[in-house]
Amino acid sequence: MIQLKNLSREFQVGNQVVHALDAIDLAISEGEYVSIMGVSGCGKTTLLNILGLLDTPSSGDYILSGINTSEMNDDEMANIRSTKIGFIFQSFHLIPRLTAAENVEIPMILAGHSQKMRAEKVAQALARVNLTDRSDHRPEQLSGGERQRVAIARSIVMEPEVLLADEPTGNLDSTSGSEIVELIEELNQGGLTLILVTHDKEIGKRSNRVIRLLDGKIIFNQTQQGI
Amino acid sequence: MKFSDLLFLAFSSLIRYPLRTMMLLIATSIGVMAVILLTAVGEGARDYITSEFRDLGTNLIIVIPGKNETSGGGGPADFAGLAPRDLTVEDAISLRQIDTIKAIAPIVLGEMPASFGGFERDVPVIGTTPEFLRVRRWEMREGDFLPGVTLDRSPPVCAIGKEVEKELFGTSRAIGQWLRVGDRRCRVTGIIDSDGRAIGIDVQKIVVMPVSLVTALFNRPSLFRIIAEAESRIYMDQIKKDIIRIIKKRHQGKEDITVVRQDTVMASFDNIFNVLTMALASIASISLFVAGILIMNVMLVAVSQRQSEIGLLKAIGAKNRQISNLFLTEAILLSGSGAILGLILGHSITLSLKTIFPTYNFLPPTWASVVSLFVALICGALFGLIPARRAAKLDPVIALSGEK
Repeated sequence: MIQLKNLSREFQVGNQVVHALDAIDLAISEGEYVSIMGVSGCGKTTLLNILGLLDTPSSGDYILSGINTSEMNDDEMANIRSTKIGFIFQSFHLIPRLTAAENVEIPMILAGHSQKMRAEKVAQALARVNLTDRSDHRPEQLSGGERQRVAIARSIVMEPEVLLADEPTGNLDSTSGSEIVELIEELNQGGLTLILVTHDKEIGKRSNRVIRLLDGKIIFNQTQQGI
Repeated sequence: MKFSDLLFLAFSSLIRYPLRTMMLLIATSIGVMAVILLTAVGEGARDYITSEFRDLGTNLIIVIPGKNETSGGGGPADFAGLAPRDLTVEDAISLRQIDTIKAIAPIVLGEMPASFGGFERDVPVIGTTPEFLRVRRWEMREGDFLPGVTLDRSPPVCAIGKEVEKELFGTSRAIGQWLRVGDRRCRVTGIIDSDGRAIGIDVQKIVVMPVSLVTALFNRPSLFRIIAEAESRIYMDQIKKDIIRIIKKRHQGKEDITVVRQDTVMASFDNIFNVLTMALASIASISLFVAGILIMNVMLVAVSQRQSEIGLLKAIGAKNRQISNLFLTEAILLSGSGAILGLILGHSITLSLKTIFPTYNFLPPTWASVVSLFVALICGALFGLIPARRAAKLDPVIALSGEK
């Protein structure tokens, strides 16, 4: 489903060229649970951003569901992000002035869906993350774990194929952190491809496959026994 | 994205930052209010001046003694003792030979003490003929306006304004009484009902007498001006030429009068004040422009403040156009509601000014409201464009890591 071929991403920092990703080859199939690990600055967030079409590679190809993304324009990439990819961030990125339900609704608003369909899907998504009773609360009235659950509901409301999570438990205590991990693992068991960037070795151990990066290169890529 | 959702999202961020929204609303509304108020003053001034002429009848030609040369006064003619001759009642009589003139009303002006019983006051005195009533479109409350008076017949009669009646006669009946004006006496035959001003004089305070009586009273033959009414508009230019020809002949071949058509005078006053109002409006719209720049600055700040929000919107599938529409809608919503607030403020202030100063007219023209609303909207859109573009072009990766 996801194929990276000889993919590099370079940044110009002052006079120096930094190879955030250096000639990476990677294939991820549908329904996989992959964790990307490595020290800070190893390129894992860059990899996630490229997978999420937020960033474009300097060279090489990224083929998503058989389509080479290097030929896409901004609007086409926005469409893919809207329909096929869900994002979860370390700092949740909820819009503070909107209620939980409205935050979940935004991807559907952007996609131009009807009010009726939106209400239905938002209710489903909030039920999926067990937040139906908090739907009218604003982010500041919610706990960290609840906020991340709102963000998860938002990421799945468009029924994407891939869920990209960037340190989803990084800002959470261990109890709500493990709740969140269990929740996204359930989503993965429901067929959603899950790609997770993390520092946490415990979380890494739970995934089907671990990819370790160092200085923009994949140094470890191994399928392991499930939980 | 649906338009209603766009409005909802833009509106929600305006509510989220109430102070910012308030300041911008105030800035825009002051701009629009300034346009409304200044044009109201300009239009009021125009109305004040032109009403003087508007009250007159139609098809009027005004003869004024003296000739305004573009070379200005102080020419050789003045030194040679060739100052303009007076315009006299005889001149007015001579105009009777033009048969397309329907009515001739000469005017003499002055001030005299008028007394009745024990009361005396100084009053403006107008000497004229009965035609003046029609030319000025006055109404009589009671009695007749100078009955039996013509250019060459001056029986001792007079008509008085309402205030003169009240102050000199009090509760007793004025009609039929003898009023002393200067060293003459005349019988009050009518009371003028009209208000307002004529030739800059309050109609309620005047005494109107036959023309020859007033020239004798002031011991001065010169007329203030002659007003002639044409049978029809089509004769007016010919009448103008005839008047100049006849008076010139009577004044030893010197063209020492100015003849103007009332409609052209009115038109040029109208023009002058239109230009004045436009000038005021454009000065006021500078403040609208300033408000637009303010909106741009604040929106630019908003774009950098809301970087992570923009990044997120992109991450969850917003197209560049949707992002820019969002910020543009915010700017237009701001300037639009500011403009509406300004319209409300401007109109309520002119209304209250009207009640405080009832003698002066404040007439906010409709076009000023429409134009200022549109200018505000266009300003909002134009100045919102740059921040909206900047937001749309933001790199989502940088925006997302730009944090909170």
